[in-house]
Amino acid sequence: MTTLENQIPPTATDFESEQDSMVVPGADGRFGEFGGRFVPETLVPACHELEAGFNEAWADPEFRAELHKVLAEYAGRPSMLTQCHNLSAQLGIRLILKREDLNHTGSHKINNVLGQVLLAKRMGKTRIVAETGAGQHGVASATAAALLGLECKVYMGAVDVERQALNVFRMKLLGAEVEAVHSGSRTLKDAVNEAMRDWVATVGDTHYCLGSVMGPHPYPFMVRQFHRVIGSEARTQCREIYGGDPDVVAACVGGGSNAIGIFSGFIDTKARLIGVEPEGGAAVGRAQPGVVHGMRTYLMQDEYGQVEEAHSVSAGLDYPGVGPEHSYLASIGRAEYPTVNDAEVLEAFVLMARSEGIIPALECAHSLAWIVREAPHIQGQTVLMNLSGRGDKDVAQVMDILK
Amino acid sequence: MTAQSATRPAPGRIESAFRTAREAGRSLLVPYITGGYPGWTEAVQAAVAAGADAVEIGIPFSDPVMDGPVIQQASQLALDNGVTPQLVLDEVRRLQVGVPLIVMTYYNLVHHDGVHRFADRLASAGISGCILPDLPLEEAGPWCEAADAAGLETILLAAPTAPDERLPRIVERTRGFVYSVGLLGVTGERSELAATATALAARLTAITDVPVLVGVGVSNAEQAVEACRVADGVIMGASVVRRLMEGGPDAVGAYISEVRQALDAE
Repeated sequence: MTTLENQIPPTATDFESEQDSMVVPGADGRFGEFGGRFVPETLVPACHELEAGFNEAWADPEFRAELHKVLAEYAGRPSMLTQCHNLSAQLGIRLILKREDLNHTGSHKINNVLGQVLLAKRMGKTRIVAETGAGQHGVASATAAALLGLECKVYMGAVDVERQALNVFRMKLLGAEVEAVHSGSRTLKDAVNEAMRDWVATVGDTHYCLGSVMGPHPYPFMVRQFHRVIGSEARTQCREIYGGDPDVVAACVGGGSNAIGIFSGFIDTKARLIGVEPEGGAAVGRAQPGVVHGMRTYLMQDEYGQVEEAHSVSAGLDYPGVGPEHSYLASIGRAEYPTVNDAEVLEAFVLMARSEGIIPALECAHSLAWIVREAPHIQGQTVLMNLSGRGDKDVAQVMDILK
Repeated sequence: MTAQSATRPAPGRIESAFRTAREAGRSLLVPYITGGYPGWTEAVQAAVAAGADAVEIGIPFSDPVMDGPVIQQASQLALDNGVTPQLVLDEVRRLQVGVPLIVMTYYNLVHHDGVHRFADRLASAGISGCILPDLPLEEAGPWCEAADAAGLETILLAAPTAPDERLPRIVERTRGFVYSVGLLGVTGERSELAATATALAARLTAITDVPVLVGVGVSNAEQAVEACRVADGVIMGASVVRRLMEGGPDAVGAYISEVRQALDAE
């Protein structure tokens, strides 16, 4: 494979096949009974404008070609597959990683951000706002804004600002303004609230660059489309390199963008789809529908409907809700959403570093923790795990914990 | 002004009271008070005694996306004190104020309870209307039907960003009055009344005779007077809650009295 054309799947056929396998929400933005558009009236016209803008851009071969070009030349796509020979032997399975950690900025988040910022520019916006938990989406947003010449403001919970100081500096270095959010639980959910409040006031010139497959329609759909490249590549790569589809596809789930990206490549295969949630952030695990941040979805809430705080070792998964399409996939039984605890996650984090020489993001260590636990029951099977981010950002935190 | 639509039902308690007041040349004044905040019931009584035409009572929610820092802070303090929706409604039931009371909260508290159960709870506490700022027209169907059935008036918001074709649909479905959002942004005090406040109110009064009240960013007596030159009345939130937080119920009464006098002097 030498030319760019050979590395990047042709866009037209991409679009055809996508329509077959995954739900395309109608005007009501629903995935089954989940999703929708529960936003202040001020934002309804902006959501309509974004929906029209996205649909028009996504159907335009020129936009798709521009996106593919920047994904290839700037983000480093396609990302490769790595077979974990040592862990495979240890666990009695064939473990394959989809290396989203090797993308520019160190996680899958760049796929969505480049798509949204290109779209924002096309729609005439001059400024983006974003929320961030671990800082990965904030860094990706700041990066794309720097590349494409837009102003960028990132909202980050005050607790996360402390946990992820290095990423805060990265964002500032990239020219973004970072605002610590002190309201509520001072984590990701409050950063989303604050970004939405900003957007309500600045909707004329500002695009809200939401970082996961969540929020009001069209975000869950649009962000999924931007991350489908993960699944499309992985499907082709698995067939070319290993001669078939994996038996299990595993990914961590906070909002669920990396998971939906890789699931979308295998939704129509026999592969088990596993979205791993942290024990302290098990929105799907509790299976209680609620409405927050513009969407109806499974939501951690108390007996009165007040949204609860999520707690886990990884800031990127500390979200009490989940993307509505995951609620849908769980409700129809197509995907499973087990939980793992912080101790299992830390063990998995160290295990991958020592066995494979790869330091995973703490988020991704959740997927590996489940795989380790499940291994005795899936002996001999091929497991594809989305390694959605690298762990450099987590090293200082883990050092403190393991001291 | 256009004639009242043939498809609108007979006005409920809020709309009737507001129409009557409007015909008498009175500008409508609706303060917002955070339910469960220390001293809130006394603040409601003080506001009514000082000339409020209705009171909007906030039921605190963990994630109030339409609220700025002042109301967020009041809500959070109430939640930290263990305030629940039912505790607020139990206190509402004991309030004898003689003007319509309107609940303002966020949709998850309704959704969690179930639309019919929540509507019945509000109605049985003596509430006349409800405002849910994160429930736009397209998603409001099930709640509006449940509220209609329980005899509650659901007040819909209209925003400055709405295209012309959207406003008639909002006006058609709203009950009580139409809440004309004063600016692009969340609740909070501003130094001047935004130009969008009077512009949107004018667009609304041109297409309906349902009372039009401006809320969000109406921050003092002077701005209330300015808004009422175009609209039928105002909703005042952050400036009221700040006085409750800083000076207690008496400060709320004094403030509402000042705004009332300014409106009546026009």
